[in-house]
Amino acid sequence: MQRYSGFGLLKHSLTHHENWQRTWRNPTPKKEYDVVIIGGGGHGLATAYYLAKEHGITNVAVIEKGYLGGGNTARNTTIVRSNYLWDESAHLYEHAMKLWEGLSQDLNYNVMFSQRGVLNLGHTLQDMRDIERRVNANRLNGIDGEVLDPQQIKEIVPHMDCSDNTRYPILGASWQPRGGVARHDAVAWGFARGADSFGVDLIQETEVTDLIIEDGTITGVKTNRYGDIKAGRVGCVVAGNSSVLAKMAGFELPLESHPLQALVSEPIKPILDTVVMSNHVHGYVSQSDKGDLVIGAGIDGYTGYGQRGSYPTIEHTVQAIVELFPIFSRVRMNRQWGGIVDTCPDACPIISKTPVKNLFFNCGWGTGGFKATPGAGNVFAASLATGEMHPLAEPFSMFRFHDGALIDEHGAAGVAH
Amino acid sequence: MFHIYCPHCAEYREEEEFHAAGQAHIARPLDPEACSDKEWGEYMFFRKNPRGIHHELWVHAAGCRKFFNMTRDTQSYEIKEVYKIGEKPSVVAE
Ligand SMILES: Cc1cc2nc3c(=O)[nH]c(=O)nc-3n(C[C@H](O)[C@H](O)[C@H](O)COP(=O)(O)OP(=O)(O)OC[C@H]3O[C@@H](n4cnc5c(N)ncnc54)[C@H](O)[C@@H]3O)c2cc1C
Ligand SMILES: [Zn+2]
Repeated sequence: MQRYSGFGLLKHSLTHHENWQRTWRNPTPKKEYDVVIIGGGGHGLATAYYLAKEHGITNVAVIEKGYLGGGNTARNTTIVRSNYLWDESAHLYEHAMKLWEGLSQDLNYNVMFSQRGVLNLGHTLQDMRDIERRVNANRLNGIDGEVLDPQQIKEIVPHMDCSDNTRYPILGASWQPRGGVARHDAVAWGFARGADSFGVDLIQETEVTDLIIEDGTITGVKTNRYGDIKAGRVGCVVAGNSSVLAKMAGFELPLESHPLQALVSEPIKPILDTVVMSNHVHGYVSQSDKGDLVIGAGIDGYTGYGQRGSYPTIEHTVQAIVELFPIFSRVRMNRQWGGIVDTCPDACPIISKTPVKNLFFNCGWGTGGFKATPGAGNVFAASLATGEMHPLAEPFSMFRFHDGALIDEHGAAGVAH
Repeated sequence: MFHIYCPHCAEYREEEEFHAAGQAHIARPLDPEACSDKEWGEYMFFRKNPRGIHHELWVHAAGCRKFFNMTRDTQSYEIKEVYKIGEKPSVVAE
């Protein structure tokens, strides 16, 4: 792999940047792999990368029906934080946060991770009690967090309406300074390039159409372009399409796939240098380096695989933002889109063995899995390598919905992604 | 934006008056105490979540507040039919 550096940039400028190596190969798949990963989003690519890097398993293919990162990875609003309430989830997201902090160096690829801080606003007494509880829980878990009052919030975000003169006055917020945003495409591309450099085959525009299961054990996958591909183990990382793949394997998951929409405005001068979210007023916003406001809110209420939702949801989202930031009321919106998010009843993911031997699922991240990309890939790779779930993944078994050991993160993960 | 026909009000109304309430035709176990953890868990949490034809429960939340069923394609979002509680769908997946 050709490493990127300032010197490299200089060198290539002499040849008008015409001789850069391709970022990854475009191989024809082999007939058989040790591990096949279905889904070339951030999670699937990170899994492949850590399988090769940390476990020396390089006979791996990632099979993606569209283009790399074209699912939720490229559609999300890129908020990264680890301030979850319960120990199980806090540990998992904090594991990811620690990897984020060294990711650009590790991948030799600038993922533009920007720790600009994340504010979760409280507008009711109950909001504030929940925030205080969550921040205290975070601190006990060694995760940074503070409870701020409206005056302190005003200092961080001077343009937000922190007065009493609003319908839902801001009473306070949780503040995680280490939270922030990253460049979503770069995350997919960085992991893809890293995995490819270890010899992982990235197979794009190839859909897995069925799973080959013999005597309760998976032995391979069927594809629409390359026929059958054999596999020792299979990791399924298809987000919104997880139930479709589970059906091929003959079981159901506790998931529902919903459209989740987002929008960006026209680019404007720098005005917001942190991330603001409000569960109560129901919206969140940050500003990208390009200058556009990145805006989102909750899911559309119905299930859907169409990567689009309904207009009223967009309207409510924009209303919430204008309620918080009256100054944005005349900013024009540039683009709007939707992804398919796989929501789980307890707002926590599934990283799990399944009823089929050697078939593992990483799904259920719903509206908030981008922040977990390196961590989820890391623990899922360890699980695929050994056949036993990584300790951080263990609590997230799909079978928790049988034995009742749910991990309720609705407070930390409702509207806030 | 859906334009939904409420079978109780017998007219088309805008989506915002309605609320999607999940998969239809989930029968509550007759004797919950006799269920295994697995059976109860599947009843509570596990869902078909199909890509394609789906039967779901909707409620006319800001209208007559009554529940009804809908057959809808979750890929194209086309509403195939609505039918009352207790009735069977006429459009089903192959
Ligand atoms: C609008 C929006 C905003 C969001 N905001 C945030 C946020 O601010 N912070 C946050 O942490 N998270 C956020 N999320 C959630 C986050 O995007 C996801 O949880 C995360 O990106 C999931 O990554 P993934 O790699 O598992 O899935 P994806 O990136 O969706 O990858 C799955 C891949 O599987 C492929 N696939 C599906 N079926 C098949 C098949 N049969 N064969 C082959 N390939 C297949 C798909 O094409 C897709 O590329 C948001 C999501 C959306 C939609
Ligand atoms: Zn009605």
